Amino acid sequence: MVIYGVALLAGCMMLGLVVGDLLGQVLGIDANLGGVGIAMLLLIFSTGYLKARGKLPEATVSGINFWNAMYIPIVVAMAASQNVAAAFSGGLVALLGGALAVVLGLALVPVLAGKPARAPVAADGPAARAESLSPRTANR
Amino acid sequence: MLQSLFDLFDKYHLVAAFAVIGLTMYAAYWISARFTRGKLHGSAIAIILGLALAYVGGKVTGGSDGLADITLFSGLGLMGGGMLRDLAIIATAYGVRFEEIREAGIRGVLALFAGVGVSFLAGGLVAVGFGYTDPVDITTIGAGAVTYIVGPVTGATLGASSEVIALSIAAGLVKSILTMILTPMAARFIGLDNPRSAMIFGGMIGTTSGVAAGLAATDARLVPYGAMTATFYTGLGILLAPTVLFLLVRGVF
Repeated sequence: MVIYGVALLAGCMMLGLVVGDLLGQVLGIDANLGGVGIAMLLLIFSTGYLKARGKLPEATVSGINFWNAMYIPIVVAMAASQNVAAAFSGGLVALLGGALAVVLGLALVPVLAGKPARAPVAADGPAARAESLSPRTANR
Repeated sequence: MLQSLFDLFDKYHLVAAFAVIGLTMYAAYWISARFTRGKLHGSAIAIILGLALAYVGGKVTGGSDGLADITLFSGLGLMGGGMLRDLAIIATAYGVRFEEIREAGIRGVLALFAGVGVSFLAGGLVAVGFGYTDPVDITTIGAGAVTYIVGPVTGATLGASSEVIALSIAAGLVKSILTMILTPMAARFIGLDNPRSAMIFGGMIGTTSGVAAGLAATDARLVPYGAMTATFYTGLGILLAPTVLFLLVRGVF
């Protein structure tokens, strides 16, 4: 049933958030430390476990995939409810500080990524690269 | 007549939001295909449209939730709020290979520390450049450049003034919004096209909404990798900014 997939997703989320909350309390900070990331790992492992045992029927998967597909629309709704007006009326300090943080952060991505094995991937062409990224390859 | 229509939209706000966002997506993909020949992703255009509408909403109402402050569109706040956003982010992890996450794991952790440090430095340097000399002010503005949550939490801990805290929130918002707009444009130049660089990107930038929207506008398949590291960023910032980073700033000034 579709609800099994939604419930599995929701269960992973709640469990992850609880663990993230406990981690935050242990470290004495008023924040959830990595709850969403822990929930993602739980979902990866639990669906992997169920799939290996043939206990993950198509209907269950569609309950997860619906929310996966709703991701971009939800992000658009998120963008539409951001406090953009405040961001651009915060003055020059806020504008420059935020902008410099983004520019430096982006510029350092290739530095930290090092030389990825991109040459052979690029040689395979964009189609091959798209394939290697496809979530479906997980269970090939 | 008109009032009852407004009431209806207000009562069924989430359903109304689904319809409004659906229309926005349609318009964005149409613009993408018609005017950019698909060069600029439909999702990138949709996000920029959303931000533009949020600006208008904020200017009209003076509220803090963009377009969601207009009664007619109040459902956007729930649809785009933290709860459903996190649920959808987690759902994107379905089918991800754990090996890919493990391979980039150490670099991702490195990126987290580097990301918090670099953003803090950027905000702090700009604050110093504008004549701030109090270590509390510099730390709070630097923390704001980490994320708009780290800024006010740090400011409250250190006892910063409300103007400086407001400034730190604004710096974090600028970072988040610029990330949404600049990421799809910069992606090609920084090699943001594979799981490893996406994880490093999530750690370097970290602001959840910015990373979520920036990757959605670039390539939705990269979302789970970037989100995975970004989810630890704000917590790490709150851990480091009022403690280690504040002591460093106080040592210099």
